[in-house]
Amino acid sequence: MTDTHVAAPAPTAAAPPPEEPRNTALARAALLLLRGRTLVVLVVLIIIFSSISSEYLTQSNLILMTKHVAINAILAIGVTFVILTGGIDLSVGSIAGLASMVAGGLLFKGLNFPGGTVFFSVAVVILIGIVVGALVGAVNGLLITRFKVAPFIATLGMLYVARGAAQLHSNGGTYPDLAGTEARGNTGFGFIGVDSLLGIPVAVWIMVVVAAAAIVVTTKTPFGKHIFAVGGNERAAVLSGIRVNRVKIAVYVISGACAALAGLLLTSELGAAYPDTATTYELNAIAAAVLGGTALAGGRGTIIGTVMGAFVIGFLSDGLVLVGVSTFWQSVVKGAVIIFAVITEQAQQRLQSSLNRRTA
Amino acid sequence: MSEIVEAHNISKNYGGVRALKDVTFTAYRGQVNVLVGENGAGKSTLMKILSGSEQPTSGEIRLDGEAVQLDSPRTAQALGIGIIHQELSLFPNMTIAENLFAGRELRKGGRFVDAGGQRQRARDVLKRLGQDKLDPDTLVGDLPIGQQQLVEIGRALLEDVRVLIMDEPTSALSNHEVDVLFEVMADLRKQDVTVIYISHKLDEFRRIGDWVTVFRDGSLVAHESMSKTDTGWIVRQMVGRDPDSLYVRNSSPVGDVLLDVRGLSVPGTVKVDDVSLTVRAGEVVGIYGLMGAGRTELVETLMGMRQASSGQVSVRGVEEPKGTVRARMAAGLALVPEDRQRDGLVQTMSVRENILLSTLARMTRSGLLNAGAEQRTAKDKVGELAIKIPGLGALVTALSGGNQQKVVLARALLTEPVVLLLDEPTRGIDVGAKSQIAGLMADLAAQGFGVLFISSELAEVMAMADRVLVMARGRITAEFTAENVTEEALVTASASESVLEAQS
Repeated sequence: MTDTHVAAPAPTAAAPPPEEPRNTALARAALLLLRGRTLVVLVVLIIIFSSISSEYLTQSNLILMTKHVAINAILAIGVTFVILTGGIDLSVGSIAGLASMVAGGLLFKGLNFPGGTVFFSVAVVILIGIVVGALVGAVNGLLITRFKVAPFIATLGMLYVARGAAQLHSNGGTYPDLAGTEARGNTGFGFIGVDSLLGIPVAVWIMVVVAAAAIVVTTKTPFGKHIFAVGGNERAAVLSGIRVNRVKIAVYVISGACAALAGLLLTSELGAAYPDTATTYELNAIAAAVLGGTALAGGRGTIIGTVMGAFVIGFLSDGLVLVGVSTFWQSVVKGAVIIFAVITEQAQQRLQSSLNRRTA
Repeated sequence: MSEIVEAHNISKNYGGVRALKDVTFTAYRGQVNVLVGENGAGKSTLMKILSGSEQPTSGEIRLDGEAVQLDSPRTAQALGIGIIHQELSLFPNMTIAENLFAGRELRKGGRFVDAGGQRQRARDVLKRLGQDKLDPDTLVGDLPIGQQQLVEIGRALLEDVRVLIMDEPTSALSNHEVDVLFEVMADLRKQDVTVIYISHKLDEFRRIGDWVTVFRDGSLVAHESMSKTDTGWIVRQMVGRDPDSLYVRNSSPVGDVLLDVRGLSVPGTVKVDDVSLTVRAGEVVGIYGLMGAGRTELVETLMGMRQASSGQVSVRGVEEPKGTVRARMAAGLALVPEDRQRDGLVQTMSVRENILLSTLARMTRSGLLNAGAEQRTAKDKVGELAIKIPGLGALVTALSGGNQQKVVLARALLTEPVVLLLDEPTRGIDVGAKSQIAGLMADLAAQGFGVLFISSELAEVMAMADRVLVMARGRITAEFTAENVTEEALVTASASESVLEAQS
């Protein structure tokens, strides 16, 4: 029997010492800065790179960089759903690759039946690609909920399985031409990855739509709140009547679908499907989520933060390329930024909880 | 007989809460000094001070007549004071010998672990504990819980301990293991080791204790030679005189049976064994018992968090066979869990989000959450239960224990239950908040809810319950009405094996 009730100091005990007000104001300012750190970093990056290279801040370069960002942002949004529940999804890069091969195969050689070959329209092909991603995500979810495999292990395994499946799909080869023909009724795959609407790449529009939908789901629906509850305290979520397993499966499905969509955009942009599409992209996606303030322990994070994180990573990489930094140094800088982000995240948590104590 | 440990005028404040009030305590050399008292009475706090893990706010500690500063567990150990905590702090993945020397490994050549030496000394210690047959290379995780407890004691013995503090070491032990432990304690007494022994089990500590000291509400209320006391005296000292001033007695008329449990059994280390009970509308039913009696397991099973191996649960006369949390919630049950931090609150979420967690689906308009409805609903509950909060958007962790408890209660009430299951609802909250929660429980009964609550505090269960069920080792061993319940009967039914055997 531990005397627990005396172990927790009453909140009245935390009466602020006299010098508090100035300190608190300072702490609040620091907290605001830390909260908005992703934006701060992004602005700083833009200032630095545009002072080095006059090309950096041109309209055409900004559009190009944003298009690069779009693919990672969509992957990262999916992964954010998973991380918010306290899980992790290492398989998104491979799922993107698999979706790419499935869609590429359907466009290039169609679907072979004993009676002949069927070609689907581009819209149907895209839908099939996304469904494949969602199904792979569902398998991840089932492994994690029904078979109690740790998310890290389940999705690490899936990273290999899905990549292997992508390679098996073409026996390691590339589907070189995805333009389709009028006769087959499957032209226009370039629309999502190459074309622009109102001067902005379609891929960027898609990112905006996905992000907007994700923001609504995470902040405005019961399901969204359930995601945060599962990540914040799974036992309490169970006791609150939340169907925790369903929530978990759903987030892996969302992650798989987002990954597939990203893979399709990439494939459309390249105009060819090859099995190594999006290899190691899962790391960029997780990095974007973490950079954007998503806690790996779950329960804390925002979609908008993740999108900002993807912008930082994308604008940083492209900026380093533009000013001619070697790829080796690019890696070092990117890694350092991610670690720095996590350190500041922890500083933010500490500051936040100390402020909470003071004001309670 | 001489004093070895003397604590003079010890007070300990945690913030505004006085955990110990001017306590003067003496332990005698080579004797078993028993400490009793309810949860939060201050015994564990005093032991933490004596073992160096907490410092007193004021007062002085003397060891062998000399004033000492016990500023860390290391200092206390160096002075020969060892402590065995209630929760085992062993490494199940390591061997007995490795556990005994964890953090203070024997070395050879200054650098390398002297595994042979450790094994040899481990054998000596095991022999002293009457466990000669135990191989020091056995993994601790493979030992039964009783032997693990002995390993824990072995850790303390290695240090040449003069004073050994044991905080409820028998709560997880079988009868036979308790016997072994008591033999070891008798042996230690012969070797002039002083034992300070915290226990709830009257029949057990009366067998082994030389002195008994009773704590209540942070004060030392009695200190007596064991031979001059009897069970009734000890219980009276523990409970004090006037518990009724603190608690509100339910006086609602009793209605239909709302909850009917038949032959419920749950397997496990702490099992539930063939439990049947009923709760009626307007009735407050208390379950009294010691830790590990299966009370929490019982209500968690009722709520669908554990699966029963047999038995039926009916709510409002309808059997609920699915046994999932959602099904039980829909049937009309709601649980306020014992451990708020672990099972109740989502610490990363706000007060509003925590209150609404179970009922979000009702707050939507065409699939999207309706912020207005959320705000209104949460605000209403906060007002109804008089929850003190800085704001609905504040993190739930910013609240005091009592108010956190009310947040969990608010969430439970929003699911529109007919029977509320409250697991230690007043644990870990201060006296004022206790009184408020007690008042709420009576109010809820008056509104026609059935209330089933678990309590480890005699005064509380006696003052609040219309009926008291006593649990021990997974079974209901006795049932009393508010009229015929006595402290002694409760303690006997909860602690004594003989009652259990007489009934089974």
